[in-house]
Amino acid sequence: MNMTGHHAGHAAGGHHDAGTGTLHDALFILLFLVLIGLYTVAANASKRRFNRWPAMRTICWILGVLAAAAALTGPLAARAHDDFVYHMLAHLLLGMLSPLLIACSAPVTLLLRSLTISWARRLSGWLKSRPMRLLSHPVTASLLNVGGLWVLYYSGLYSAMQHHPVLHVLVHAHMFVAGYINAAALLCMDPSPHRTGYGFRAGILVLSLAGHGILAKVLYAYPPGGVPIAQAESGAQLMYYGGDAVDLILIFLFCLQWYKSARPGKRHKTASSPAIS
Amino acid sequence: MRSNATESSILSARITYASRNLWSGFLAGIGFIAFVDEVVFHQLLHWHHFYDKSSSAVGLVSDGLFHALNWFATVAGMFMVSDLRRRNAMWPKRWRGGTLLGVGGFQLYDGTIQHKWMRIHQIRYVDNVFVYDVVWNVSAAVILIIGIMLIVQTGRLAKRETERDG
Repeated sequence: MNMTGHHAGHAAGGHHDAGTGTLHDALFILLFLVLIGLYTVAANASKRRFNRWPAMRTICWILGVLAAAAALTGPLAARAHDDFVYHMLAHLLLGMLSPLLIACSAPVTLLLRSLTISWARRLSGWLKSRPMRLLSHPVTASLLNVGGLWVLYYSGLYSAMQHHPVLHVLVHAHMFVAGYINAAALLCMDPSPHRTGYGFRAGILVLSLAGHGILAKVLYAYPPGGVPIAQAESGAQLMYYGGDAVDLILIFLFCLQWYKSARPGKRHKTASSPAIS
Repeated sequence: MRSNATESSILSARITYASRNLWSGFLAGIGFIAFVDEVVFHQLLHWHHFYDKSSSAVGLVSDGLFHALNWFATVAGMFMVSDLRRRNAMWPKRWRGGTLLGVGGFQLYDGTIQHKWMRIHQIRYVDNVFVYDVVWNVSAAVILIIGIMLIVQTGRLAKRETERDG
């Protein structure tokens, strides 16, 4: 996480000194403010050019950015370095809650509305391409998401990441991106050219919840290398119950979309039927 | 008083959505009993444990799949109830049959396969756990049988009505 490279001499490999810690936080806070600003400006511009942009989506975006900010800056980020319980709290915020909220804010729709027509065509063409189709398929998305966590804890990556700042950044970036692709593939809030049926997505959703819950219990039973048993047990229970709490929101939104699309008398499923509007 | 025409249209809606009534009740049933299991036996009584060292690997997988399915079922079952209500197709007797099938089936699977064969955890960590097992599984079987009876009864009614109409 510390990208300045000054802390190579630290014996424990996890402590920031006050100066670099503050600089790191300041850079991240600047980034988050820019992200919130960009979305708000784009949403307002979009309101003028098209019909309306639901306020709920803007709220989801802001809350999603704040959830990521809570995980990546301040006391939580500092303690997550050497305490597994705080690391797990950071995972719940950065890898689950934040991506879910960001997916609900329909960022691709906003981007398509904000670009010029030729760029928007290029983007939608790219989104329809085969590699993107593979990446955004619910099976690939949930494998990347939950499978990535299994790899993180049982391949030695977790302890390696504590000593290598670049790995640390990459792992956290993967956590967020995989979480986002997974939420987007299951909920389809944005235009989804390759959307699969509700029954299929429900099955994948249940399997990926199961993969998360099973991993939590395995972490409890067999702590990964370098994690003290007490921390592994509390962290695993936080992962299990905290994961259930975030997944409850995901399940609720998924079922709400089914409920709306199964409305009596409705003949055609539209290409984009956002649950939050 | 409802006219005969309204009653027959409600009955035909119920029959059209007979299987959705059954599924909705079943999902709500396993969701409800899983919730009771977690709140009463895990959190309040502390009889059940988060992890028991005698759990097998297949036990952990079964427990995880079961838990995820129940969590999903709780919400999905309720949305299906809303869907049946907006279609005037809610069939309480068949729905209850599905619920009891879910509750009984859950308890019986949990009490026999998960507790005894996979050894995920016991009902309670006492010497005479056998008594607990018998009470648990017999009550589960009774609930399951009542559920199946309700489903068979409503199924027969649906079949009769369908044959009469055409």
